[in-house]
Amino acid sequence: MSSKFTKRPDGRKFDETRKIEAKAGVIKKADGSAYFKIGKTTAYAAVYGPRELHPRHMQDPKTGILRCNYNMMPFSSEERVRPGPSRRSKEISMVTEKALGPVMDLKDYPNAVVDVFIELTETDAGSRCAGICAAAIALADAGVTMKDMVSAISIGVIDNNIVMDLDGEEEHIEDVFVADIPIAMVPSTGEITLLQMDGRMTKENLLEGIKMVKPVLKNIAEIQRKALKDKYKR
Amino acid sequence: MNQDIKNHINEALKKGVRLDGRKKDEYRKLEIEVGVIATAEGSARVKCGDTEIIAGIKLSTGTPYPDSPDSGVMMVGTELLPMANPEFESGPPRIESIETARVIDRGIRESKTIDTKKLCIEKGELVWMVMVDVLPLNHDGNLIDLGGLAALAALKNAKMVELKDGKPLFGKRTKENLPVSCMPIPVTVLKIGDNLIVDPTHEEEKAVDARLTVSVLEDNTICAMQKGGDSPLSEKDINDMVDLAIKKSQELRKILNEALAK
Repeated sequence: MSSKFTKRPDGRKFDETRKIEAKAGVIKKADGSAYFKIGKTTAYAAVYGPRELHPRHMQDPKTGILRCNYNMMPFSSEERVRPGPSRRSKEISMVTEKALGPVMDLKDYPNAVVDVFIELTETDAGSRCAGICAAAIALADAGVTMKDMVSAISIGVIDNNIVMDLDGEEEHIEDVFVADIPIAMVPSTGEITLLQMDGRMTKENLLEGIKMVKPVLKNIAEIQRKALKDKYKR
Repeated sequence: MNQDIKNHINEALKKGVRLDGRKKDEYRKLEIEVGVIATAEGSARVKCGDTEIIAGIKLSTGTPYPDSPDSGVMMVGTELLPMANPEFESGPPRIESIETARVIDRGIRESKTIDTKKLCIEKGELVWMVMVDVLPLNHDGNLIDLGGLAALAALKNAKMVELKDGKPLFGKRTKENLPVSCMPIPVTVLKIGDNLIVDPTHEEEKAVDARLTVSVLEDNTICAMQKGGDSPLSEKDINDMVDLAIKKSQELRKILNEALAK
């Protein structure tokens, strides 16, 4: 299939992510914390809990619950983001909970909550995935029982080409079809815990993208684990 | 707060020591770094002990207030993110964060730090609006002083945004600096028992009887004040607190200037 898109704006290979940095234990007050930076997109995550859940009607006597809160700082985007929850941030908070939930086991903490606060200081696309990666490190750092890491990235489809980790410039390419597929995976099992998509693509694009993303996410999981190990070397 | 911890802090202070071993008028190690957020017109990160704050400046355009048609608008916002401390909750801003924002705002506004007349694009129609957002990542006390320093550093670091047909081109910045002249340094002095301290940790803040924030300019004049805490202050207290604030502001100004010169 011929394609008009042959070169990525920043010169990356199609399966190449932006530069990733991860660090655990960055917020002292928190029970667990991390930051995850991919390109310019920077997410901080702080975990508090397990602690008593308010409001009480949300308490579950059978298990503790995971509560995520995604927020963009006002100066994290080209145009100022009004403080406070928006429809977008509420939805992302919810899908983040669903992305992390499958690896959590909170049944030892009935009526409790594990709060995850995700703050984006700077964004250039891929912020929900960066938030999920940061949150997974922070949860592990907090010592909450987890079955595995969760790693996330956005798959891009630009004019029938699969590319990893779309940046802001690529998201806004015009003239050709662009699709953005944020995906989160449990790396050891390949279970997909987050899948969203906007843009336009074929089913083949999707399946090819999922195939291509697996080694990339395994690599991200290694970076996440290394961040945790490095904390104890300091 | 736990009365025993309060007594403990108080007893230690009587002997001239603080729980972390500092002297009463000693700041923790202060680090200021500017230009840390590429999406912001100006930004700064301030670390002091375990407290870490990010401030960012965003510009936009809007209509001026009717009573000052040729002046730009400046606003300081602070959100006490639930990330920063287990005691903060999500939801609408609470009185603590409103006070912090307003005290920082007042220092900058009353000192005329920003030349708002230079932010007028078309009199009565269009002016620049400067939004200063101060967000703690980790809160271990002294948010007003450190937030104020972060705001000043970010303002000094800020560049103007390009304008095309009266619309700002977000993401495109000119080489021109935001018109920032003086730098009011806020210093909060806390009174615990009969002792005065600066740069409190979060624990010390909870043991406070009274506090006074003083914003000091380069020539040691004062441009804003705010008293907090439940106990009253005597004339002598105020005299001593302002003296200490002026003295500390000179130290802080030096650190800020060094960070900006980098």
